[in-house]
Amino acid sequence: MKPPLFDYLVARSSEEAVKLLSEYPGAMILAGGQSLIPAMNFRLAAPAALIDINRISDLRRIDIVDGNVRVGAAVRHRDLEQNDAAFAANPLLRAALYHVAHVPIRNRGTTVGSLCHADAAAEMPMVLLLTGGWVTAEGPSGQRDIPAEEFFEFHMTTSREADEMIVSATFPGLPTGAGHAFAEFARRKGDYAIAAVGAIVERGADGVISSARIAACGISSRPVRLSEVEAALVDTKLSDDDIHRAGELAKQSVTAPDDAHATTAYRQHLLASLTRRVVRQAAGIMKES
Amino acid sequence: MSTRKFGAPIKRNIDPKLLTGNGAFTDDINLPGVLHAAFVRSPFARARINGIDTSLAEQADGVVAVYTCDNIGHLDIELPLLIPHPSMTAARTQRPLARGDVYYVGQTVAMVVAVDRYVAEDAANLVDVDYHPLDVELDLEKAIEDGTPLVHPTHPNNIAADFTQVCGNPEAAFAEAEHVTRIRVQVDRSTAAAMECRTVAARYDSVRGELTVWDGTQAPLGVRGGLASIFGLDEDKVRVIAPDVGGGFGQKVMFPYPDELLVPHAAIQLGRPVKYIEDRRENFIGSNQERTQIHEIELFAKKNGEVIALRDSFLHDTGAFIPYGIAVAQVASTSIAGPYQIPNIHVRFRAVYTPTVPVTPYRGCGRPQACFAIERAMDQLAEELGIDRFEIRRRNLIRDEQFPYTREGLLFADGLRVKLDSGQYTKALEMAREAIGWDNFAASQEAARKEGKAIGLGLAYYVEGTGLGPYEGGHIKIHPITGKVYVNTGLTSQGQGHDTVFAQIVSDQLGVAVEDVIVVEGDTGTFEWGVATFASRAAVVSGNAIHKTAIKVREQTIKAAANMLEADPADIELEDGHAVVAGTDRKVSLAAIATATNPLRYAFNSAAQAATQFAPASRHDGPPLIDGQHPGLEATDYFSPECATWAYGVHAAIVEIDRDTCDVEVKKYICIHDCGNMINPVIVDGQVMGGFAQGIGGALYERIEYDTEGNPTNANFVDFLIPYATEVPAIEISHLETPSPLNPLGVKGVGEAGCIAVGATLASGIEDALRPFGGKKFHQTPITPSMIFGAISNG
Ligand SMILES: Cc1cc2nc3c(=O)[nH]c(=O)nc-3n(C[C@H](O)[C@H](O)[C@H](O)COP(=O)(O)OP(=O)(O)OC[C@H]3O[C@@H](n4cnc5c(N)ncnc54)[C@H](O)[C@@H]3O)c2cc1C
Repeated sequence: MKPPLFDYLVARSSEEAVKLLSEYPGAMILAGGQSLIPAMNFRLAAPAALIDINRISDLRRIDIVDGNVRVGAAVRHRDLEQNDAAFAANPLLRAALYHVAHVPIRNRGTTVGSLCHADAAAEMPMVLLLTGGWVTAEGPSGQRDIPAEEFFEFHMTTSREADEMIVSATFPGLPTGAGHAFAEFARRKGDYAIAAVGAIVERGADGVISSARIAACGISSRPVRLSEVEAALVDTKLSDDDIHRAGELAKQSVTAPDDAHATTAYRQHLLASLTRRVVRQAAGIMKES
Repeated sequence: MSTRKFGAPIKRNIDPKLLTGNGAFTDDINLPGVLHAAFVRSPFARARINGIDTSLAEQADGVVAVYTCDNIGHLDIELPLLIPHPSMTAARTQRPLARGDVYYVGQTVAMVVAVDRYVAEDAANLVDVDYHPLDVELDLEKAIEDGTPLVHPTHPNNIAADFTQVCGNPEAAFAEAEHVTRIRVQVDRSTAAAMECRTVAARYDSVRGELTVWDGTQAPLGVRGGLASIFGLDEDKVRVIAPDVGGGFGQKVMFPYPDELLVPHAAIQLGRPVKYIEDRRENFIGSNQERTQIHEIELFAKKNGEVIALRDSFLHDTGAFIPYGIAVAQVASTSIAGPYQIPNIHVRFRAVYTPTVPVTPYRGCGRPQACFAIERAMDQLAEELGIDRFEIRRRNLIRDEQFPYTREGLLFADGLRVKLDSGQYTKALEMAREAIGWDNFAASQEAARKEGKAIGLGLAYYVEGTGLGPYEGGHIKIHPITGKVYVNTGLTSQGQGHDTVFAQIVSDQLGVAVEDVIVVEGDTGTFEWGVATFASRAAVVSGNAIHKTAIKVREQTIKAAANMLEADPADIELEDGHAVVAGTDRKVSLAAIATATNPLRYAFNSAAQAATQFAPASRHDGPPLIDGQHPGLEATDYFSPECATWAYGVHAAIVEIDRDTCDVEVKKYICIHDCGNMINPVIVDGQVMGGFAQGIGGALYERIEYDTEGNPTNANFVDFLIPYATEVPAIEISHLETPSPLNPLGVKGVGEAGCIAVGATLASGIEDALRPFGGKKFHQTPITPSMIFGAISNG
């Protein structure tokens, strides 16, 4: 469990990091190192060089831009979790980050690093998808925004080009009055989710659901929107039957095969339960205006 | 005499050092010029090796040597069978480096020695091994069928050992039974997962011809014996030191692992120190594991619940080799009747070779499996006969007046008869019943069920044969300058707190502060008689040896003090580091007595003046040291127990199952525990809690996974789930103290107690909780959410 030889490079700005990425084929960005370093120790990853972005102060910023939360690439999970402005704009961030690993790992690991790592069971990619967010990639020819739906392609695979680095991720603020909830089950506290579900629900004055966004992770090869569930909830008043049906519909989205931690049948049951839980909860808790 | 230290809840002496990061583990030992070893390990569960090409690795920068079976000379042997037993024929053990065949993923094939571990790992990847993979069968029950691929062609049906033990007259009793309960239970494989993996470093001094080995082992004396005999050296030329060791739990009592021979070999050959620090993956695939057993157990009972006979037949997975003999299976088979009278027992096991990491004891050593089998069967019998679970146990427990209770015909792991020496089994059960609130439970369970909640109560009783022989020793010397008391024993600590409990024992005899007793273990250079740390034996065997030795030193001290103080020995008391004439202020320090009892020529300090030739107190007629006397205050003694002493206890739990997530919440967990007289309740509680945490692991989380090809699929801490602190519930422990009649201190072992009954207790509770929601049985651990879902979904 020792990594093979690699070069270590420190970038002082995003431009320099992008330049180094092109100059060193086979180089990888080093953010918090909480996923990359173990992978190197297991010799699952053998980058020729690491480009350390931790000293780029611009990337440490959390900004609220047009009510959206923009998170720089060197922002630690823990800083985002404890940031009150981010919480006010999008309380789901704190709710989900609580489930990301343990405090010592959140102290070091970055939220953007987690998005780039793109583990299919990771919470923050799912939250980006759920909230309709995007990442901003910077390459030799400039910047581009990549929406979450297009960014996460497969377990640990994103649409980022090899010569691009992600400079920030933007999590849109929740609509005023929207209900929201996040629920997860993992075998142990802080582990990657066996299944986690997030929900954002808006209700008219008559109590009828006007919009529903539901997403899940841990159940497929990438985070997924539960669109059948969303469609089924809209225009209902969330009767027990409606909620029960939402759970049943959620089961279809499980494509993960049986693994050591969960059979598919159990995962479906779990996803259905968590979906019902978040829908109920989201309908109860509305974001303060 | 000052207050008794035996029994006092004293904090552990070692904690400040270990908790502030000031321990010295093998990897902390600075050996100038040290080289580092890494291994090439088999990627196949079974394969023939057609050839090994080490040329690329040898040429790599920084590589000093590459070893295969072809260039390790006298080490190219089958390693010793540590515990021979007549039930095994041609028992198979591993070679340090594979020759011809490999038998499990992780088996050592070549060793690279290089300037650092990074280079060594790089070069290990350059060793080109040509394997021809062979067929394997991983399923334990299929492994013994005819026509199944064999791990060792020498062993048909993969049977390593087939052994039956009989107590009483089971055949006759079977015929008299009014009811028979039969279940099949399975406990899966786990691993010790000590915080520190295994370690070994070696240095050879060619001038003195001395080999020094630092080894994170539980058995430094065993390692020394092994090294001396395999290397053909005098034992005095081999010094094995177990420095601070970060947990052992049995995995480190096995020796020699290949590295324990190859690292010293390389150090001798290369003339430089060599170090091997096992990494976590290697620990998962290269260091021994334990647990998988499948029991078919039958209880033959009267209608009133009295069990008159037991028949058990089980398969024991021994992995690819059986270096530790049948110890684990033997402990399981002799613990199978638990705390119950059951006078007639027929127990057979077959140890089965599988192409997996070898199996040797891991904390519990067969006891958790035996407990799971008998306790799950007891629950089943209670249900079938409609008898309360506490009551059926009460009716079968060995009664106080029946002790010692011998199971004639069953030989324990020490080769001696099973003799349960003492206990208050019924009282412990009553205490458990009270502590868990059994009498009110039915009503609260009923109320919870009305709200749709799945709440259950689980219960399990266990016994633990501890403190096995053959013997341990103690050596005590009072330091003439400081008056501190130095204590040695041959076994060694992996963090248990031996230094504190041994100091308490000595403190009581010599009247010194616990902090002034310095316990030094784990160095064959300081004490060279003894066995090892295993089977919860340190307090029992070394503890009593040290106690006996302390009494001798006490006698010497009193005699010498009486002489110096011109008092009657009967009037001398030892307290606060002094010998005092009772009721007077006349006293002399232990340092001064130790100095005075050593006739001196030179007065190197003022106290020493008293021992020199012209001092008034010196003898002026005849030799200063009388024939037969030895200088100073010092003694050595040994304790060899007549047989194992049996600790026991009861666990009970209230659990709630979340039927949405299939998660198990332990709402209350109690443990009644009796290990005889407690030397230190803090340490006893710590042992019970630590064992309990490992028990939670085995009950709900930990399972070593192999795919059908024999590849380990969760050989890391991401996928092999060890409970975090957040997964280990609170436990309420109450103690009973029934002294053991088998040793002067009346103590029994406690090391393994905590882990034994957890699987059976939680299975019992989960089954009870889910009875109205499907009524499935829980006869296998670990119990996972997927299993619980399976139980409630098609019930
Ligand atoms: C014990 C443990 C438990 C964990 N549990 C969880 C959990 O429950 N849920 C969870 O989501 N995560 C979990 N993690 C992972 C943790 O969240 C990591 O912080 C995260 O996955 C990666 O962030 P990082 O900053 O450490 O990235 P790094 O490890 O530095 O990088 C990860 C990958 O992303 C790439 N990368 C990083 N930043 C950029 C960038 N700006 N542009 C392009 N590529 C980039 C790297 O090159 C690398 O491939 C756990 C980790 C540990 C060690």
